[in-house]
Amino acid sequence: MEKEVATFAVKKGLAQMLKGGVIMDVVTPDHAKIAEDAGAVAVMALERVPADIRATGGVARMTDPEIILKIMDAVSIPVMAKARIGHFVEAQILEAIGVDYIDESEVLTPADEAHHIYKHAFKVPFVCGCRNLGEALRRIGEGAAMIRTKGEAGTGDVVEAVRHARTVLGEIRTLQYLPEEEVMAFSKEIGAPYELVLETRTLGRMPVVNFAAGGIATPADAALMMQIGVDGVFVGSGIFKSGDPARRAAAIVKATTHYNDPQVLAEVSRNLGEPMVGRSVAVMPETEKIAGRGW
Amino acid sequence: MEIGVLALQGDFAEHQAMLEKLGAAVRQVRQPGQLAGLAGLVIPGGESTTMGKLAAAYDLIEPLREFGRMHAVWGTCAGAIFLSRDAGNEQPLLDLMDISVIRNAFGRQVDSFEIDLDVPELKSVDPSGKPYHAVFIRAPLIDSVSGSAKVLASLPDGRIVAARQGHLLATVFHPELTPDDRFHRYFLELVKSRSDH
Repeated sequence: MEKEVATFAVKKGLAQMLKGGVIMDVVTPDHAKIAEDAGAVAVMALERVPADIRATGGVARMTDPEIILKIMDAVSIPVMAKARIGHFVEAQILEAIGVDYIDESEVLTPADEAHHIYKHAFKVPFVCGCRNLGEALRRIGEGAAMIRTKGEAGTGDVVEAVRHARTVLGEIRTLQYLPEEEVMAFSKEIGAPYELVLETRTLGRMPVVNFAAGGIATPADAALMMQIGVDGVFVGSGIFKSGDPARRAAAIVKATTHYNDPQVLAEVSRNLGEPMVGRSVAVMPETEKIAGRGW
Repeated sequence: MEIGVLALQGDFAEHQAMLEKLGAAVRQVRQPGQLAGLAGLVIPGGESTTMGKLAAAYDLIEPLREFGRMHAVWGTCAGAIFLSRDAGNEQPLLDLMDISVIRNAFGRQVDSFEIDLDVPELKSVDPSGKPYHAVFIRAPLIDSVSGSAKVLASLPDGRIVAARQGHLLATVFHPELTPDDRFHRYFLELVKSRSDH
């Protein structure tokens, strides 16, 4: 057999290599070095972290490729970057500069309210956000090779990440106990491709890696998501909006590995300095929430 | 006979599932004490810098070296880097095998690939000698082997992708990501022969 590139196996395979790890948002090459030195498995190159996107308002777009290229030069770990939902030309640009993963992200302002990117058309793999199993499997149907629960980015409030992870994992548990004749109705109800629903039922998990994201700010938050059952975590504003980013980043990495060891968690949680200033999602106006972007 | 999988980070669950399917008992290793009594160890794919840092932070480097001097150890991708003596980068390495590696030798993720390899050694577990379908993800290359290390597999252009040195095994691709279990069986045989010593 001749060499084959960009197969679905190598796309989802990179996400498998990231499991048990922490992917950190960074806005400069210096941030990226701090993240790599702390043990991040990958970085997400951005112009502004989600908390700043919230604060600034306006239209949030793909980051200037120049910034992303500088970050790619600064570290040896994989570099991800965000494209707007449905903005396949931003994705083409990110592929052209050679990023390792594209996040089709609700954190940016959506470019298309009806259609997500057709991700099978790309050589570079995609990660997409979800709030439930139907949304996850629709994205996989379009070609996503990795899923993350959306949470509510830029808040430092883990409640939505928990809600979305519990929803997805709960739906998978329900699906596993359904008799075969009820699977089609289940697919119709959650609006997901039947074949992917069947595959999920057989595997007892999603067919691709599933990370948690949106609101994770402490080592305990990361370990909470891991114990609930995700494969790894994204930390956005939680690190570089805190008092001591290097220390907090290293602590979150350790907490993600030793998520089941309260002794280690207690030790790494000590003396981390100021966490990011959070915003409670419960009292946030609906118009400010971003998890509802995309479908 | 219990096999350990280093569970600091990476696709250790995939290795565990494959080994358990072959009837092995498997233990996840995150702390030095968890190495006691194991007959062999798999170091999975993942990010080698992350794995090295976590191993250093939890005082695993020396215990892993000691374990590897006595017992069978297999590293895949990041695990192969970790076993090497030189990776051309400032990062903690176990320096157990006489191999040097080049990280991300094929480029970035868009250059990751699948290919069939000829691995004559696998005839010891399956006489058919059929090609081995290998998955390479941001893979390193084995730049050179020295001492008693020997080459097990190469790409068509001759570049080295698998090596063995006595009871130590390094593959820069991912047998845990394909249904072909020959490499896992090969490793279990290696563990067995080492334990019989």
